[in-house]
Amino acid sequence: MIKVQGLTKRYARNVAVDHLSFEVEKGQIVGFLGPNGAGKTTTMRMLTCFMPPTEGTAEVAGFDVRENPMEVKRRIGYLPETPPVYPEMEVIEYLNFVGKIKGVSSANLKSRIDEVMQKTAIADVRNKEIGKLSKGYRQRVGLAQAIVHNPDVLILDEPTSGLDPHQIIETRDLIKGLAGDHTIILSTHILPEVEATCQRVMIINKGKLVATDTMENLSSRLHGAETVAVEVLSRDGTSSPEWVRSVHEKLEKVAGVSRVIAKDSRDSRARFTVESLKDSHVRPELARVVIESGWQLNELHGMGLSLEEIFLELTASKADLSEPAPQATAEEA
Amino acid sequence: MNTITIARKELSSYFRSPIAYGVMCFFALITGFFFFSAVQFFLRQSLQATMMGQSVPLSVNEWVVRNVLSNMSVVGLFIIPMITMRLFAEEKRTGTIELLVTSPLRDSEIILGKWLAAFILYLAILGTSVLNMLVLFAYGNPDWRPMAVGYLGLILQGGCLLAIGTFISATTRNQIVAGVATFGVCLLLWVLDWVSQFDSTPLFTVISYLSVTSHFESFMRGVLDTKDAVYYLSMIVFGLFMTSRAMESIRWRA
Repeated sequence: MIKVQGLTKRYARNVAVDHLSFEVEKGQIVGFLGPNGAGKTTTMRMLTCFMPPTEGTAEVAGFDVRENPMEVKRRIGYLPETPPVYPEMEVIEYLNFVGKIKGVSSANLKSRIDEVMQKTAIADVRNKEIGKLSKGYRQRVGLAQAIVHNPDVLILDEPTSGLDPHQIIETRDLIKGLAGDHTIILSTHILPEVEATCQRVMIINKGKLVATDTMENLSSRLHGAETVAVEVLSRDGTSSPEWVRSVHEKLEKVAGVSRVIAKDSRDSRARFTVESLKDSHVRPELARVVIESGWQLNELHGMGLSLEEIFLELTASKADLSEPAPQATAEEA
Repeated sequence: MNTITIARKELSSYFRSPIAYGVMCFFALITGFFFFSAVQFFLRQSLQATMMGQSVPLSVNEWVVRNVLSNMSVVGLFIIPMITMRLFAEEKRTGTIELLVTSPLRDSEIILGKWLAAFILYLAILGTSVLNMLVLFAYGNPDWRPMAVGYLGLILQGGCLLAIGTFISATTRNQIVAGVATFGVCLLLWVLDWVSQFDSTPLFTVISYLSVTSHFESFMRGVLDTKDAVYYLSMIVFGLFMTSRAMESIRWRA
């Protein structure tokens, strides 16, 4: 459904997207994961024909973004990071306007709008001014706008940014519900977001594709090694440096632990971050050691990998993918 | 069709904010005052002329209509930036321009739609002054033809300045900057004509040709001169063409 080859966007001084190539099958939900400034938005803007690529080609539903932008635009629904709504318009009026400019025939317009409002659960605010809606509602109006012309491809730029946890879950469910009819690309810088919604993930950093894989493969690859936070309480209610050191040593001796980092110690508690080797389950052992030494275990929980760690992890394990990097930097210089 | 959709959207947002009503009020008030003082002046002059024994009555067209129309064109300088400043700047600031550009619309449809909405609002504003003229018809007997030509001149001049304002709005994301710059350019196009007083070298002739004022005169006299109409029409085309260039650049730089 989407075919991207060597897509590049170069600005006067920097390269935002650097020879990106990927394909997305029909009906898939693909997550576009990367830190801020990785080139996610730029890539999406090129796919939606908002801006032309400097180099390379992108095809949406068989149409090239440069040669046939009108056909591409007809088949794409796009939700930018801030929903492109006119605050002074009423919801129904806005959807009417968008439907018309997206080319929905006037015979179908009313039924399409009703359907879309149902899907995104905004029918109850149909006559309200968009500017007076809550952020969650505004986001849903943005989604409704993106699907009003029933596009083959849906491109969502950080669809959950700025929403509260409740709204985030709602939006994710909504997106999952849309998956059957549309091919969806969504971007995010939050890992759990991809885990919750996507079947495939593409990780990009500094404009380059770092990894692309199915969600299952990626999770198993990432969760092999884990980082655990441990908080220990001392018996006597103080936390002398000697005691902290002894805890540190005890934790380090646990089988499978690769590194222990002392965080802070206050009152009678000391906190550590314990990194373990791949495929070793250190948590029960850590708990046992602490209890048997006569201390109290206050907290023990696994910490997710941060995005930076994922990049390190992936780039380290996939040397072949990071290979072209030095060449490109030389070009830039 | 798309052009009309865009124009309708723009118009409805004009009339949803206080801008349209405010500008209309301001214009009606000020032209009303101009009309009142022109009529007062005309009455005094007529009285004097009769006392001096002049038998031919003074022309209402010459003394009132022409005066009021040319004053209105000056007021236009102030209202045009208010109309055009938000057209593109606001969409660029809020990001809704992304919606328009990623929809299957031609740039020309977006631009024409926006300009058309501004033009219609301008016509509505001009329309408030027709009331004054109706008063003349009720109590006097002015010739409607030069009056119509004068209005046509105002309409053409407005269309041309609106096109320039549309272009300026497309170059910035700040409404205020767009408004001030448009006012500056309108004012400049207004006063360029002054150079013709100094000399008549080719350079000065060209500069004065570019001025909107020099083409406005014939309309005020009630003369429909193709040369001047062509000037305004080509300025409209030029302004809208420049807007399309500016939109292209939004695309390349965004």
